[in-house]
Amino acid sequence: MKSQFTITNSCKIESNIIFFNEEKIFETEGDSFAEFAKSVYKKFGINYPKFFKMDNLSKLAFLASEVLLSEQIIAEAENNVALVFANRSSSLDTDVKFQQSIDDKENYYPSPAVFVYTLPNICVGEISIKHQLKSENAFFVFEENNEVFLTQYATSLLQNKKATKVLCGWVEYFDESYLAKLFIVE
Amino acid sequence: MEALKQELKEKIIAALNLEHISVEEFDDNETLFGDGIGLDSIDALELIVLLDKDYGIKLTDPKEGKTIFQSVETMANYISANRTK
Amino acid sequence: MNNKSVYITQTNCITPLGFDVNSNWDALQQGKSGIKLHKNVGNLEQFYASIISTTELNEVFDKTVFPFSVSDKKFTKLEKMLLLALLPLVEKHQISNRTAFVFSTTKGNISSLELESNPVKEAQLAFLAKKISSLFGFTTEPIVLSNACVSGVLAIAVAKRMIQVGVYDDAFILAGDEVSEFVLSGFNSFQAMSEMPCKPYDSDRNGVTLGEATAAVYLTSDNNKVESNAIKICGDGAINDANHISGPSRTGEGLYKSIESAIREANITVKEIDYISAHGTATLYNDEMEAIAFNRLHLQNVPVNSLKGFYGHTLGASGLLETVIAIESAKRNHLIMSKGFQHDGTSQSIAVIKENKPAEINYFLKTASGFGGCNTAVIFKKLN
Repeated sequence: MKSQFTITNSCKIESNIIFFNEEKIFETEGDSFAEFAKSVYKKFGINYPKFFKMDNLSKLAFLASEVLLSEQIIAEAENNVALVFANRSSSLDTDVKFQQSIDDKENYYPSPAVFVYTLPNICVGEISIKHQLKSENAFFVFEENNEVFLTQYATSLLQNKKATKVLCGWVEYFDESYLAKLFIVE
Repeated sequence: MEALKQELKEKIIAALNLEHISVEEFDDNETLFGDGIGLDSIDALELIVLLDKDYGIKLTDPKEGKTIFQSVETMANYISANRTK
Repeated sequence: MNNKSVYITQTNCITPLGFDVNSNWDALQQGKSGIKLHKNVGNLEQFYASIISTTELNEVFDKTVFPFSVSDKKFTKLEKMLLLALLPLVEKHQISNRTAFVFSTTKGNISSLELESNPVKEAQLAFLAKKISSLFGFTTEPIVLSNACVSGVLAIAVAKRMIQVGVYDDAFILAGDEVSEFVLSGFNSFQAMSEMPCKPYDSDRNGVTLGEATAAVYLTSDNNKVESNAIKICGDGAINDANHISGPSRTGEGLYKSIESAIREANITVKEIDYISAHGTATLYNDEMEAIAFNRLHLQNVPVNSLKGFYGHTLGASGLLETVIAIESAKRNHLIMSKGFQHDGTSQSIAVIKENKPAEINYFLKTASGFGGCNTAVIFKKLN
């Protein structure tokens, strides 16, 4: 497969550290993911109360996207930035929480606010809403990070003019263990 | 009634993850949906669960929610009149 | 650029109405529905759902001959449904190292979480995909698509795109979801469940009826394998509403744009579309949104149905299952009624099919929309 497209920017979040184009731009020590996410939110001056309603997977994907989706990048693509994500655990972190709410028949209160996050592509919806991206989107699941596939899929979107830029990559969260590794292909 | 309103505010903030508002800023008569506190349709469903779980009130018609969930004041009035726990 | 053509040449489905396409078609002709009243799951005393009889499934599964040993392995209900759906396709087509296996599901084996002793791994979608794909001897990494209720249709677009970009020569798409307490209780907490069998587009509709099914299709770009009556995948789009995570856009923006994108790629006009197999979940907002999007595109006079009145909402399977039936409609030039529909129930009218009837079908459109604001549209053409 020939590709005339290139990766322009990347962001990685793991172990309470954020890298932008491989340069460390933020770090906290010893925090839980929730605490870490909150300090990133404050540090970046994000003002988006809905953030605190998101599940961990959405928070992770949202923060990595905040690093990459600058106003300039979105404007260059005339809002046509496709979102193509993948992970290993789908929404299992939240699925387990929802399951716990229905395990006890005497204390059976399934939460709609939890249930809505029992789909992995909700994080794609959250980012689409934040940046008003009415664009192509897809969420895949693989056993291991499959950047080759994601780049091929991004290429097909760009070749067929289904998108001007593609934000794609890995957003995995399960039980405090997480990794976001996103990049922009254009 | 004042204690119930205070309790409700704490519960709403916790249940709906409202980081942007504190109990002190939370006015009894502030509109919960739309321009006021800014709750949405999922929050409305979550409030229905909260009524059931904490006060033993089952709302079967979501339309009832519209009048009950106008403000903390209207919620507290409804709860004190209908609570079973 | 000139993309190579991609075709669907074989289909199959496992549903409460039958374990192959022909038996499903016959049941649909007779107006049968898989939806029945069920009792006592979790804290739900009673609910309507379209559920496959486990006894019947086990009987069929046990007497089916697979190209691998099944007696020494344990399979969940969903796995049995998946294996049965895929088998006839694998029997007919060779798997190579350039064959894709695309698996569409929302919740997979989520029921395994009910037992805390089960390892979480069993609920992982990629684990399930690998289990199925390795049994049949696929060598490429399974591509699992979990994009809420559009997964099944989006899987077709994804497979076609990956073939066109040159990574694969052909693809098997498998889709499946089962009715679980997990999903039932979730939809119930959303107050989205219908108290009666769902009535898509009807003025009395009041929510979703859940269902379970599996479906499978074979895609190829090899012209030598394409017979007359094969189905060409002409164009697709999968565009987000960017509006709300659990409710559709009031203007149908994402669906509008998805269909527009598919039409542009297919290089046809809306007038050429003979039939729409729509999503029609029977929630107030979804069906209203679809009617608005179809009207914005001037598709309001094209015959449209939702098959949810027959199968319920089968989540990650629905888009593929409904495509399989739509393909059958096109091949037989016969439209299926939208079961449960009696009176116009959307603010802008659409041409909901009220009875089964013959009709010339060449181009048809399949759409779906789901949580997370996602939408997908695919345009197909029957070769003559």
